[in-house]
Amino acid sequence: MKNKSLVSITDYTKDEYLRILSLADEFEKKPDPSLLRDKVVATLFFEPSTRTRLSFESAVLKLGGRVIGFSDSSSSSVTKGETLYDTIKIVSNYCDLIVMRHPLEGTARFASELTNIPVINAGDGANQHPTQTLLDLYSILKTQGTLDNLTIFMVGDLKYGRTVHSLLMAMSQFKTTFHFVSPDELKMPDEYKYYLNCLGLKYTEQKDLTANIAGADIIYMTRVQKERFSDPIEYERTKNAYILKNKMLEGTKENMRVLHPLPRVNEIDLDVDANPKAYYFTQALNGVFVRQAIIASILGLK
Amino acid sequence: MLHKKDNKLEVSAIENGTVIDHIPAKALFKVISILSLDKIDKQITFGTNLDSKKLGKKAIIKLSDTFFIDKEINKIALVAPQAKLNIIRNYSVVEKKVVEVPDEIIGIAKCMNPKCITNNERITTRFSVVSKREVRLKCHYCEKITDQEHIEIV
Ligand SMILES: [Zn+2]
Repeated sequence: MKNKSLVSITDYTKDEYLRILSLADEFEKKPDPSLLRDKVVATLFFEPSTRTRLSFESAVLKLGGRVIGFSDSSSSSVTKGETLYDTIKIVSNYCDLIVMRHPLEGTARFASELTNIPVINAGDGANQHPTQTLLDLYSILKTQGTLDNLTIFMVGDLKYGRTVHSLLMAMSQFKTTFHFVSPDELKMPDEYKYYLNCLGLKYTEQKDLTANIAGADIIYMTRVQKERFSDPIEYERTKNAYILKNKMLEGTKENMRVLHPLPRVNEIDLDVDANPKAYYFTQALNGVFVRQAIIASILGLK
Repeated sequence: MLHKKDNKLEVSAIENGTVIDHIPAKALFKVISILSLDKIDKQITFGTNLDSKKLGKKAIIKLSDTFFIDKEINKIALVAPQAKLNIIRNYSVVEKKVVEVPDEIIGIAKCMNPKCITNNERITTRFSVVSKREVRLKCHYCEKITDQEHIEIV
C-alpha cells in the first residue's frame, strides 16, 4: 500500500481493509511514539471540520510526526484566488503526505493525480470519506469480534448519507444482511440495492425503527436533516420517528452496539448514552488508531 | 445543395468521403463540435430537419475527402447513438458502419454535478461508461452519474 492514495473506499481491497484494521489494533495496544519522527504531514482543510482534522493531527502527533496546514480556506492563499492545482503543487514540496478536505466533489482524486505525494481524502463534499468507513469497520470488528455474517440496521437519511453508502460498499464484502430504516423520501438509492442484488446479499426496507430490531448486531444511526425534505410537512411528520430511545433497546442482542458517525443532533436520545450498548464515543476514539494505521501503511513504515 | 428526388429530400452525392446519417436533428451542432468540423477545410454539406421515421427529424452530414478512425467517430455516439456511416469511394458506398459508445469518455462531456471539481477548476473531464444503451457516464472525479438526457458537450 506504500504511496497508494486513499481517495475512495473502493480504492482498497478487502485484504487491504483487514491489514489496516489489524495495524490499528496494533497501535491501540502498543503506541509507537517515534514512528513518524522525521515525517511531515500536511492537513489541508478547505472547509472546516474540526473533529476530523483533530483526529488526523492527533494520529500524526502521537506517532511523533509533525503537522503543517490550514483549518479553513479563509486563512490560506486559496482566498487570494490560487487554484487548487497550484496549492497542491506547492504543498507537495513541503510534506510526505497530504490529508485534505474540500467542499467540492472529486477534489481529492484530482489532487492525487497532480502529485507523487500520497493523498488521503478526509471528505470531498457529499462524495467520499474513506477513513470514516475504515473506523466504522474497526468499531464493528472490535465489538463483534468478526466482520462476517452480521446484521446491520442503517437508520435515518439513507439517500444522501455518504457514510452509509460507503459502509454498505465495504461491508457488502463480508456477507452482511442489511435492514434499511428510513422515511420514504430518504430511502437507500436503487443503485446500492442493485449492487446488493448482484452480490446475492439480503436486505429489507422498513419505516419502523423498532421492527425486527432484536436481530440487529449493529444499529448505525445517521442524522435526518430538514433541508433534505422537499415537503416540510413530511419532515415534521417523520422527524420523531427516527430518534433512538433507550427503551427501544430492550430485547436487543447482548453484543448489539449503536454506532453514529457524529456529530449527532437529536437522533439518539441522551438516555441512550449510559447504556453499555452505546458505542459512538469510543467509535470516535477508534478513528485515531485507524488513521495512524492508514498513515503508517501509506508511508511504507508498516 | 438539397435536391428534391422521388419526393424525398436528399443531400447531393459526393465522390469520396464520409456520410454521417441518422443524426437526431437537435444533435447536429453537437456532432459538428465533437468532430471539430468547423476546423476542417474540406467541402462539407449539411442537411437538417429531414423527415425520419425513426428519429422524427434527422440531420445528415456529407464530408468530402474526409475519413475518421473509429475512436474519433465513436465519440458522437454520446449524442447520436443511432448514427450510421457510409464510406464513399468513387460515388459508391464501400463500407457501412454504426457508431459504438466507447468504454471511456475523455474531454467531451460535462459532468452534470454542479459541485464536481471539473465544473469549478480547469480539468479535462473523464468518465467511465457504465451503460451504453441508455448512455450513463460515471465521473472519474466526483463518482456521480450523468445520464443521456443531461449530457452536455464541453
Ligand atoms: Zn463529476
